[in-house]
Amino acid sequence: MNATSTPLLSIRNLSVTFATGRGPFRAVDKVDLDVAAGELVAIVGESGSGKSVAMLAVMGLLPWTATVTADRLSFDGKDLLALTPRERRKIIGRDLSMIFQEPMSSLNPCFTVGFQLREAMKAHLDLDKTARQKRAVELLDLVGIPEPERRLKAFPHQLSGGMSQRVMIAMALACNPKLIIADEPTTALDVTIQAQILDLLLRLQKDSGVGLVLITHDMGVVAETAQRVCVHYAGQQVEMQDTRGLFRDPHHPYTSALLAALPERASGRILPSIPGVVPGLADRPAGCLFSPRCRFATQTCRTIPPPRAGADLGYALCHTPLVDGHPRALKKLEMPA
Amino acid sequence: MTPTVPQAVMEAIDLAQSYEVTRGLLAKPATVKAVAGISFALAPRSTLAVVGESGSGKSTLARMLTMIEKPGTGALMIDNVDVADADAGTRRRYRGEVQMVFQNPYGSLNPRQTIGAAIEEPLLVNTSLSAAERRERAIDMMKRVGLRPEHHGRYPHMFSGGQRQRIAIARALVLRPKILVLDEPVSALDVSVRAQVLNLLVELQESLGVAYVFVSHDLGVVRHMADEVMVMYLGRAVEHGPRDAIFDDPRHPYTRALMSATPVADPEAKKERIVLEGELPSPFDPPAGCPFNPRCPLAFDRCRRENPPLEMKSGRMVACWAVD
Repeated sequence: MNATSTPLLSIRNLSVTFATGRGPFRAVDKVDLDVAAGELVAIVGESGSGKSVAMLAVMGLLPWTATVTADRLSFDGKDLLALTPRERRKIIGRDLSMIFQEPMSSLNPCFTVGFQLREAMKAHLDLDKTARQKRAVELLDLVGIPEPERRLKAFPHQLSGGMSQRVMIAMALACNPKLIIADEPTTALDVTIQAQILDLLLRLQKDSGVGLVLITHDMGVVAETAQRVCVHYAGQQVEMQDTRGLFRDPHHPYTSALLAALPERASGRILPSIPGVVPGLADRPAGCLFSPRCRFATQTCRTIPPPRAGADLGYALCHTPLVDGHPRALKKLEMPA
Repeated sequence: MTPTVPQAVMEAIDLAQSYEVTRGLLAKPATVKAVAGISFALAPRSTLAVVGESGSGKSTLARMLTMIEKPGTGALMIDNVDVADADAGTRRRYRGEVQMVFQNPYGSLNPRQTIGAAIEEPLLVNTSLSAAERRERAIDMMKRVGLRPEHHGRYPHMFSGGQRQRIAIARALVLRPKILVLDEPVSALDVSVRAQVLNLLVELQESLGVAYVFVSHDLGVVRHMADEVMVMYLGRAVEHGPRDAIFDDPRHPYTRALMSATPVADPEAKKERIVLEGELPSPFDPPAGCPFNPRCPLAFDRCRRENPPLEMKSGRMVACWAVD
């Protein structure tokens, strides 16, 4: 999909299935993703779209009830699926790190910020105690926390939400990662603080050339930060395009409806909303998963799972991808045999 | 201050609330001014949006408007009766006129109560209707918010987030209040469901004639819903006026920063970016002069000494020395 250089992270056909009391639940369904160094890719989707689960699978942080399968799941040339847990732990937290949402609940309330920041360095870097302390001060300074020496001695409850999120970012940066996965890094924050954190992430990404995967549900954040966007719906990747193209001419009806439902893009008093809700475990439709809510759905859509369109149509998972808002049937040649 | 609108369903005059907080055994208790001098007049069928970040006093304001809390000072007029200092009986009577919808529909419904019982409860407490009449009113209201009558006997866990918010709206409206205070009603909802709930609120306002006080931090939603906008910072209104005046030409530097910080869902939009430094100052120790001066790009000497009053400037009320 992005064949210019060897991607840092390369995922093909990633699926995650959870064993639940009511049978298996496929939370992530055949997702592909490539992220190059220095690239910012956003994954958007509503709750339950599997966007976080897909990235937790990359990090290897899913519980034992999850079954992860993929044709390829490689990071920096290493096959993540074939690694032993010991080898994996050497990469996770060092070359590949994650910023979690809700900084308040991701930091351990019993330890100082400094302790938690130095812990990752102790595990991964060959630094002595004074060097780790020095690095911790540098990191807090880098993420814009005033008086870093004093803040290192603070406990998480003594910091505001924005400060805690900066600490989380500092932790993610501690071991000079090649790729950072940021899961809703600004959702719990106020807009002026959100702007500071996004600027910080963008600056770090430009300066140090790390790859960044930004998981979010906020189309505004996507529009202002990402170079490329993947749209997830009910565990499937329904579209992938560069950001400008996605906002100008969305090819999947879900993307199109999602953009139309934003109050800031609406013209009238009544918003064009998407009827119904995301299908759950019990009511997954036979054909296209979006067909019950799609205004372009045909009988084909309801019965046959859709094929994936080509790069010119945003890899849309749709029988009739939209072009300028109008459905266009895929050529027979593009249909899989 | 805001001129008295004779037909206003609700009018707040200089509402203020402060809390005393003990800070350890030996330290003197500190006073936090959560809300200071808020005034507005709300016309029937209109929507006043209150915008601000956490700590700006929006929720305290909502608690005073719904009479959950008595205001520290100031008057709250509902139908031209001051309920701020009224006796318990009057307050109880007028509480039915102002109802509230909370942010989190998961937390505001009792998991062991059927939604029918939840919607009927306000009627049980406040009216003398019979059980059959209550049920009829509840089912009527459920239909209006897009729930089906057979949902009456179900429990909250059987509903999705959007449906639960519909239940909360039905419960708030079942007493037919004149005013609905909505505290971040859609911020816990996904985009597609959010649009459904916003549409419902627009329809209900048209059919029932209810006025909304819409507390939100989401400027996209506010621009869509509001007739009037009040921007709050550290317990004070910094800018207050008609929606178009505020959104097309924001004057207060905080309003401008808030708008420029809000991401726009259009990658081709050109915009100036004002990134504020620092965070909201501690309400225990607010800065001297204008509360916004430590973060303000336009601050000059006077801002550090004197607190600007909320004055009429270019078609809206604004509290800033730098605005002409």
